[in-house]
Amino acid sequence: MQFMLLFSRQGKLRLQKWYVPLCDKEKKKITRELVQTVLARKPKMCSFLEWRDLKIVYKRYASLYFCCAIEDQDNELITLEIIHRYVELLDKYFGSVCELDIIFNFEKAYFILDEFLLGGEAQETSKKNVLKAIEQADLLIDTATTQSTLTVASEPDSNTLATIQNTVSTA
Amino acid sequence: MPAPIRLRELIRTIRTARTQAEEREMIQKECAAIRSSFREEDNTYRCRNVAKLLYMHMLGYPAHFGQLECLKLIASQKFTDKRIGYLGAMLLLDERQDVHLLMTNCIKNDLNHSTQYVQGLSLCTLGCMGSSEMCRDLAGEVEKLLKTSNSYLRKKAALCAVHVIRKVPELMEMFLPATKNLLSEKNHGEILHTSVVLLTEMCERSPDMLSHFRKLVPQLVRILKNLIMSGYSPEHDVSGISDPFLQVRILRLLRILGKGDDDSSEAMNDILAQVATNTETSKNVGNAILYETVLTIMDIKSESGLRVLAINILGRFLLNNDKNIRYVALTSLLKTVQTDHNAVQRHRSTIVDCLKDLDVSIKRRAMELSFALVNGNNIRGMMKELLYFLDSCDPDFKADCASGIFLAAEKYAPSKRWHIDTVMRVLTTAGSYVRDDSVPNLIQLITNSVEMHAYTVQRLYKALLDDISQQPLVQVASWCIGEYGDLLVSGQCEEEEPIQVSEDEVLDVLEGLLVSNLSTPVTRAYSLTAIMKLSTRFSSVNRIKKVVSIYGSSIDVELQQRAVEYNALFKKYDHMRPALLERMPIMEKTATNGPTDIAQTNGETDSTILDTKHLPSITQPASQVGRCNYHICFCLAGIPPMTAYNKNGLKIEFTFERSNPSPNIAVITIHATNSTEADMTEFVFQAAVPKVCSFPSSSSFPHYALNLFFLFFFLGITDILVTKKLYLTFNSM
Repeated sequence: MQFMLLFSRQGKLRLQKWYVPLCDKEKKKITRELVQTVLARKPKMCSFLEWRDLKIVYKRYASLYFCCAIEDQDNELITLEIIHRYVELLDKYFGSVCELDIIFNFEKAYFILDEFLLGGEAQETSKKNVLKAIEQADLLIDTATTQSTLTVASEPDSNTLATIQNTVSTA
Repeated sequence: MPAPIRLRELIRTIRTARTQAEEREMIQKECAAIRSSFREEDNTYRCRNVAKLLYMHMLGYPAHFGQLECLKLIASQKFTDKRIGYLGAMLLLDERQDVHLLMTNCIKNDLNHSTQYVQGLSLCTLGCMGSSEMCRDLAGEVEKLLKTSNSYLRKKAALCAVHVIRKVPELMEMFLPATKNLLSEKNHGEILHTSVVLLTEMCERSPDMLSHFRKLVPQLVRILKNLIMSGYSPEHDVSGISDPFLQVRILRLLRILGKGDDDSSEAMNDILAQVATNTETSKNVGNAILYETVLTIMDIKSESGLRVLAINILGRFLLNNDKNIRYVALTSLLKTVQTDHNAVQRHRSTIVDCLKDLDVSIKRRAMELSFALVNGNNIRGMMKELLYFLDSCDPDFKADCASGIFLAAEKYAPSKRWHIDTVMRVLTTAGSYVRDDSVPNLIQLITNSVEMHAYTVQRLYKALLDDISQQPLVQVASWCIGEYGDLLVSGQCEEEEPIQVSEDEVLDVLEGLLVSNLSTPVTRAYSLTAIMKLSTRFSSVNRIKKVVSIYGSSIDVELQQRAVEYNALFKKYDHMRPALLERMPIMEKTATNGPTDIAQTNGETDSTILDTKHLPSITQPASQVGRCNYHICFCLAGIPPMTAYNKNGLKIEFTFERSNPSPNIAVITIHATNSTEADMTEFVFQAAVPKVCSFPSSSSFPHYALNLFFLFFFLGITDILVTKKLYLTFNSM
């Protein structure tokens, strides 16, 4: 996979993960053009399109478009499954995830993605294991409080990232 | 200084902005606050500030001043800080940034951290965006982690190694020892997926690695078998299928290992057949596995039964309701149509049905595949479908479809009449979309179908009466009328009912083209020349003379030039007119069509260029007569300029180029330079082409005059060798 973009139906970017080195200007240009192209697609059309020399796989979940750019030798159908698996992970983590969750907790969406994919490839194919890893990592932040981060609701909670001071012991 | 606002607070605030300007104002205010906070080197709130910065970056605002802060966060001891720091690095610090390399030391330390989640963070960052230098520095650490017993780290290290290999292929060897036990059963399958990915990357990049890892085929087959046969494993399960991601990856690796190798291919035949027949096809995930299986079967040396099985799976895909599956099937069939042509032919009718699909990508695939399947047997049926498709398809397709139809018609036309009818149909339905080079190709086709001339010109004339907006059609039609107008008027058509049309009516139509706003300059040029040609075929010469003289003062230089020259033909060179405007001979085609063929013929003709013969000049006291003649063989491609004659103060140089609007028209420009002090008089330039003709030239060539240009047009001739002789006579004092 070369990159993954999440954007709303109005074309607002909610997440961007790039696995290839490109300068900011190019990223913006690609994002703008691709978002336009995907949003112009009618609902009955298939989830794949050719764009420049890449294969684009996209799927819409409620108000969010999940869009991946894969290479020639990658399997489009399994990419759809990868997108679906990511959505399932978000869903399990946030509990019935909606776009607002991803807006207000974008850093967590990234953390989950980074536990699932690395360098554009899936690192863990078990849903349970990915969620367990996130859970454990979150504990390193929230050891001081009893509130588990797994129950984060869509309403912004009072525990923001830096208020809890945690020291990670150095060996 | 009050505590900086929290991330969620900021997000909420920004979302309340009603206009872009309002949002920008809020962002600017917050950025200023963040900047001053950074300047104060505040450790407590750095994490919060960077997180806010990342949010604003996602909205599209600049965030480069946070780059160094990310580095500080990474170096911090707090996990929270590191997490945000690494995220910031991945978003803001790609390898093009100067400070990118400063991360290296932090990452190195974190790779050896006592907490596996910190190690995980650094592996992830390195594996996503590490530059080549970083990869070189840290490859050793990654390799160490690849051998650890901690599977959480091992799988990350494997994918990190993939990235390192992609960035610095020479380091691949280094990871070889660590791959020894990657696939072994001891790992409980936890690192299988990433191991297979790593092995795939190594095999794809190095033939040596490929041969080395071929021995893993039996192991891979066994793992795959276990996956299919094993019971329900809810962890790795998707819709009842065990670990489809791993299955697909193994199939892909098997593909690479089996390609070109008989033994490996044989070893995997059974399992491939098993997967192909047993996989559940009701959901996308099953089809994803089948798709990968088909790709593998087609690429390795599989037995024919298996190949037929694969194509049938694709055929079944074509009938699937899910358009994604249909798309994927068409793509795969396109790849296999060359090698397994007959098997794919069996599914031709389904493929042709896909032309009517609503989805643009599917239609395009179906069109490409249809063209690949056309042969002598099915040409009539296929052409009907393709012409129907041409009628109704999107404009984006029309050009490609038209070209494809022309190609197919040329290869497999069952009869000349059918060919011309098909061409006519394309011109009338998609006339404005055909490529420029099709005009000369069609002209040549028509010229060579001698018995169809009357029929063709009649049909084209009728088409012109209906519609003059499609330029390629109009150009071909006017050329034909110019050539065969006499057949049109005399009503000689055999193939269909001849129409009654008078010379004046024909000239009306052609003149109409000249004045119409719809006609491009090229089209106008075609019609003027056509009118001129009719002067030897029609009796109403006066009318033609009038038209030609009118255009002698046309603003369009092209038209003006032609008109002036044609006028000259009427006036001074009337005796040459009939010979000049005679019927075009049958043109020999040296190659099929397309610019690629020109490149080939270019190479062929180079050796025959420039057989020059130079007659000595006879010097007389009062005048000098120089004479030279040359044989020039050339092809209508890029030929470097050449000096044909350079003696006695007269230099003649030829340059060859393709005319800009119509690349199949060659423009040979002759630059004649008189570098003597005296005038040269009676300068006559004659050119011999298949029939001898000459072109008028100025007979007086003033002294030191530079560059008299003589432009030659060879209408409608493509890719043929023309021998030209040139005669120059001149007098010079």
